[in-house]
Amino acid sequence: MATVAQRELVIRPPHRWASIDLRELWEYRELMYFLVKRELQIRYKQSVFGVSWAVLQPVVYAFVFSLFFGQLAAVPSDGFPYPVFALAGLVAWTFVSQAVGQGSSSLVGDANLLSKVYFPRLVIPIAKILSLLVDLVIAICVPLTLLILLYGADPSVGLLAVPGFILLALVTSVGIACGLGALNVMYRDVTVALPLLVQVWLFASPIVYPTSLIPGDWKYVYAINPMVTVIDGMRWAFLGAEAPEIGVVCCSVAGALVLLVAGVLYFRRTERFFADVV
Amino acid sequence: MEYDVAVHAKGIGKKYQLGQLETGYKLLSEVISERVRSIGSRRERRGEFWALRDIDFDVQRGETFGIIGHNGAGKSTLLKLLSRITPPTTGTIRLHGRVGALLEVGTGFHGELTGRENIYLNGAVLGMRRAEIARKFDEIVEFAEVEQFIDTPVKRYSSGMYLRLAFSVAAHLEPEILIVDEVLSVGDLAFQEKCLGRMERVAGEGRTVLFVSHNLTAVQTLCPRSMLLSRGAKITEGPTAGVIEEYVSGIRAHTTIELDARTDREGTGRFRFSGISLENNSGAVDVPVTGEDLEIVLAYESSDGNAIRNAGFAIGVYSVLGTLVLQLQSDVAGTMHGSIPPRGEIRCRIPHLPLPAGHYILNLMGTTGGTAADWIQRAGELTVAEGDFFGSGRRLPDAHQTVLVEQSWSVVEAAEPAAR
Repeated sequence: MATVAQRELVIRPPHRWASIDLRELWEYRELMYFLVKRELQIRYKQSVFGVSWAVLQPVVYAFVFSLFFGQLAAVPSDGFPYPVFALAGLVAWTFVSQAVGQGSSSLVGDANLLSKVYFPRLVIPIAKILSLLVDLVIAICVPLTLLILLYGADPSVGLLAVPGFILLALVTSVGIACGLGALNVMYRDVTVALPLLVQVWLFASPIVYPTSLIPGDWKYVYAINPMVTVIDGMRWAFLGAEAPEIGVVCCSVAGALVLLVAGVLYFRRTERFFADVV
Repeated sequence: MEYDVAVHAKGIGKKYQLGQLETGYKLLSEVISERVRSIGSRRERRGEFWALRDIDFDVQRGETFGIIGHNGAGKSTLLKLLSRITPPTTGTIRLHGRVGALLEVGTGFHGELTGRENIYLNGAVLGMRRAEIARKFDEIVEFAEVEQFIDTPVKRYSSGMYLRLAFSVAAHLEPEILIVDEVLSVGDLAFQEKCLGRMERVAGEGRTVLFVSHNLTAVQTLCPRSMLLSRGAKITEGPTAGVIEEYVSGIRAHTTIELDARTDREGTGRFRFSGISLENNSGAVDVPVTGEDLEIVLAYESSDGNAIRNAGFAIGVYSVLGTLVLQLQSDVAGTMHGSIPPRGEIRCRIPHLPLPAGHYILNLMGTTGGTAADWIQRAGELTVAEGDFFGSGRRLPDAHQTVLVEQSWSVVEAAEPAAR
């Protein structure tokens, strides 16, 4: 406390580009904690389904996809039963699509906080996304485990790498949500265009079809979409599918880092206008 | 003590783009189509507006410093700069010590959450540590008087309870530099008193307080030194009494402008006030006397020469410190004007003027069908001379009362107690 008291705080016109102040972000970790807690409390208090929404959504999609893509269109699934194949991808996808959607509108949703109190603005989208992480864990534990038992899938050592794939999904969604979230404060029709983007992204990721359909070296280009590694990784871990190739992983990690840096830098650059605009 | 100055502001200014003030955000599709259309044509420079310009001030450690000014003077902008919500366009502010800003009570409150959950959330939003909130928790609950409902969602609270809880959290924020907006002007009178009391205590504890308010009485009580802002510039700074005098004389300079020439009026303009004058029973008067009958005469004109339908009138009588003393309103008084001539005079009669001697400021409002047609703040001044209100030839000691009321006193002897 004493050290804080002696500190001098200087407020001056900002530079065009601001770096990410990790120390300050760390100082506000308790606010982050309470905002995550608020999200969870509200989400699980307001709906009867509460927890089950997190579980229900990927399951419903897996069912629909199995029917249309698996049965009717006979899309290949690398030899796995289509429902398990789809669900393994959908669990991670549900998290990322929700994180991007809700993270992007979180700043406008908390306009009141932005215009009345100071704190590092990054706290808001990050807290929103962290709260969704809880849903992801539930979604992994409950239906995925159930389906694996039902269809007798064969998890691999890849299970140990699951936290890594989740981290990759997290980095990707934070990058996109911060970038689009900042853009949405300035231009309010961004959230209107967002569902379209998410739909396109869904088909640009190996959710309804396997990566093995991508011909030759195109898979490296394809893997710039970080979801390729995330979803293939989940299938490797839970179904014992083939492990994602190291080159593919590198492309995805690079893609995710570019998204993170670009998103956060744009966020930092525009955040000073938030209170004036929001 | 390492620093004697707690807040040091030098040359600070804040510029807004016009238009940014009204609707902050835009639509991306709009911007893109604008850009496409404006290819080739020169881009129009939009107007700029300085909400604050070249403000310098210092606040000493442990001092309670007041910031006063009319609406739009730049007070709120200054607070937003000090609390880092928005950055300055020019200048620097140096703050020595942990800063806490209260621009609103209950920021971040969520109806679905219980009182307990909201205390922690709101505390964290205001910058308190979790351990600090836990330590003060019981005190906060007690101050808010909501012990029984602490585990009830706040959406079930009465508005009074909600406000008490929100203020209570804010009141327990104990930074070294406290920045307070007019959050105190919410709630009922008893609650405001409680808040002011708490503020006085905080100031007494040697904390530095920056206090912004319209309530000049509160500023006068709390702040030995103040600063006056007007249209984004610092007008004066110094002992509060002098600053308030300057503020008040500014208001009075305003009221001497002829109503016709006033441009800072609001409303639809369906009709406008063109003059204001005073009469007593024997004719026009400049300085009416307490206890006399007074008529306030408002001349008006319609904008198109047609009769005006469903007109209503209101006169607000304010003390120079900004307190509303009397509200005179035609519809509430039971007078309805179905249709009035296009030009004329409205007369408001106050029998037996109940205002003690002093200066008052008049606000005028004219409405048609309930919508403001002409609204002029500080439209005129009313100076009342001392008079024999009670008809007894005596007057009350000078005790700063705001109204006088006719009264009668009597004594009734109690019946003999019954014998036991």
